[in-house]
Amino acid sequence: MAEIFAYIPHSAGVAEDIAMEYPDAAKKIDAAAAVTAVVTGSGADLDKVVEAMTGVYSSVIKIDNEALAYPNAEVVRKALVSVLPADAIVLLPHNTFGMDLGPGLSIKMDASFVADVVDIDSCDGTTLKVVRQELGGAVSTHVSCDVAAGAVVTVRGGSFVPAEDAAAGGAVVDKSADAGDLACKRRFLEVVEAEVGDVDITKSDLLVSIGRGIEEEDNIEVAQELAEAMGAVVSCSRPIVDAKWLEKSRQVGTSGQTVKPKVYLAMGISGSFQHMGGVKGNPYIIAINKNPKAPIFQVADVGVVADILEFMPEFTEAVSG
Amino acid sequence: MEILVCVKRVPDTAENEFELNSAGNDLDRDDLVYSVNEWDNYAVEEAIQIVDNVGGNVTVVTVGDDESEEVLRREMAMGANNGILLSDDAFEGADGKGIATILKAEVEKGNYDLILTGAQADEGAGQVGGMLAAMLDYPYASLVNKVEVDGDAAIKVGREIEGGNQEMNELDLPCVLSIQTGINEPRYVGIRGIRKVAKLEIPVKGASDLGLDAATVGDAAAKVKRVDYFVPDMGDGAEMLDGSTDEIIAQLIERIKSKGGLA
Ligand SMILES: Cc1cc2nc3c(=O)[nH]c(=O)nc-3n(C[C@H](O)[C@H](O)[C@H](O)COP(=O)(O)OP(=O)(O)OC[C@H]3O[C@@H](n4cnc5c(N)ncnc54)[C@H](O)[C@@H]3O)c2cc1C
Ligand SMILES: Nc1ncnc2c1ncn2[C@@H]1O[C@H](COP(=O)(O)O)[C@@H](O)[C@H]1O
Repeated sequence: MAEIFAYIPHSAGVAEDIAMEYPDAAKKIDAAAAVTAVVTGSGADLDKVVEAMTGVYSSVIKIDNEALAYPNAEVVRKALVSVLPADAIVLLPHNTFGMDLGPGLSIKMDASFVADVVDIDSCDGTTLKVVRQELGGAVSTHVSCDVAAGAVVTVRGGSFVPAEDAAAGGAVVDKSADAGDLACKRRFLEVVEAEVGDVDITKSDLLVSIGRGIEEEDNIEVAQELAEAMGAVVSCSRPIVDAKWLEKSRQVGTSGQTVKPKVYLAMGISGSFQHMGGVKGNPYIIAINKNPKAPIFQVADVGVVADILEFMPEFTEAVSG
Repeated sequence: MEILVCVKRVPDTAENEFELNSAGNDLDRDDLVYSVNEWDNYAVEEAIQIVDNVGGNVTVVTVGDDESEEVLRREMAMGANNGILLSDDAFEGADGKGIATILKAEVEKGNYDLILTGAQADEGAGQVGGMLAAMLDYPYASLVNKVEVDGDAAIKVGREIEGGNQEMNELDLPCVLSIQTGINEPRYVGIRGIRKVAKLEIPVKGASDLGLDAATVGDAAAKVKRVDYFVPDMGDGAEMLDGSTDEIIAQLIERIKSKGGLA
């Protein structure tokens, strides 16, 4: 069985949550496997993360280079290709960084690639069988992946059981000298922070959140009336912002805001993981959707199959009345 | 600037309720409504806007069957200058790497400065663009929500990262970008627009035209394969309310109150 390596994303000296989830994923690939954490970066921040990871992993590879201070996927790829064995199984986060790095890394390692894995079914010899979703979460699939020549696997956050922070007492292996030539054709310039909007959806206990089911810009008013009657705030899914019907600061999700209301009303939202990734703090989720098979009904507390355009005005009336 | 945009015909998630077939191993595809992958429309729009500004041509390409021609025509109605259909029985069952290998062969027949893909398609993989770039040894940026063209040597792009922040990068040309939704507002295509391009020639190329060994793409070469579709056991799921709308609303109001959402 090939060795398993877990790439640890981090910022400001703190590892992302996924670092605690990889061990469970790795165990499901091979219960006997030793998992090695790989941490790239530069200076004191890197050292802090490496130190923390020795508490979780029995072995930690550190690659320190100024060119890795910001995780530019092309630079990270070069470093990983230089340092990892050719038949490695590499675990990455399925986030904006893993999406940037994973596909190209698999080509350069001549390894298989499987993205956005939500569970691992089995690993029989060199055949890894994973669980994925397609069509925005509407259906699940089993996918087989030949790992004989290695594999790059991106893992969806929140899908595996986080490890307890045990004192693994991991050994640190410094591979900085093996990183090779890190010159690249893509240069990181800067991060521009998201603009702050007029409304702060993160402060509200009750959100009336609308998705593509609102159908037309003019219908947004219907949701606003409901929210007003309830003393709630209107938030939304990404397509509403893409269409420029509401400002970006109202978008809930991984590429928008993280909200922690007491009650979340999802109106015509299908429930993609990128959307639900922004709904935190275990709120009471009420989903209203005209499709009884909408994935949102799997994560909501209570559901109603209805047309929101008919349902919302009646709701408003009842609340106001 | 010569721009190639990769597009895919996919089941439309907004128009379908997905059911498994009776054998339970595939979707029931009989009545599925297909359209062009949402992300690809943004990629084509971006390409058209770049060419409007700096000159050049937009070519759209897809790996698919005869029916995929309709998505090429739709994107040509938007304003793409040329369409190319890559189609061959030997391509069937290709995994992401197989698709990227086929596209690479076509890229090498042209002289493109910029290659665009969508950030992801129906399978939610987001893999073809990054693979294609690595095979070509071109630089790559995913989830691009801003493109600034300034000269022929390099391009400045913004990537959408977590929290809606934007990561600015400079990439040498030629390069591959995967385009995120929201980067622009894709123009509307009406029936008249489609009619205008109905007669335009769309070349169809197979493995031999591309100089591809059939054994390196398609099912035999695929290392990653879908085994089945299934309905996951997600525990209880939501408690579904039924009854009259009035009753349902009364219950919801009660619950929102008890959870502290309503005074
Ligand atoms: C890197 C990345 C980051 C992303 N970040 C985010 C993010 O931060 N936030 C986010 O929301 N998305 C994000 N997305 C997009 C995400 O994948 C989904 O595409 C999006 O969440 C879908 O939004 P939706 O549920 O409103 O639309 P759809 O998936 O189209 O769902 C619409 C739903 O409305 C229902 N419906 C239609 N009409 C009616 C009606 N009249 N009455 C009742 N129900 C109706 C339909 O049955 C359907 O379930 C991201 C994607 C990527 C690739
Ligand atoms: N069969 C295909 N033909 C052409 N382009 C494709 C094909 N499959 C995927 N792509 C491109 O790759 C992008 C990402 O798709 P995927 O990697 O399948 O998630 C799509 O938005 C397309 O631009």
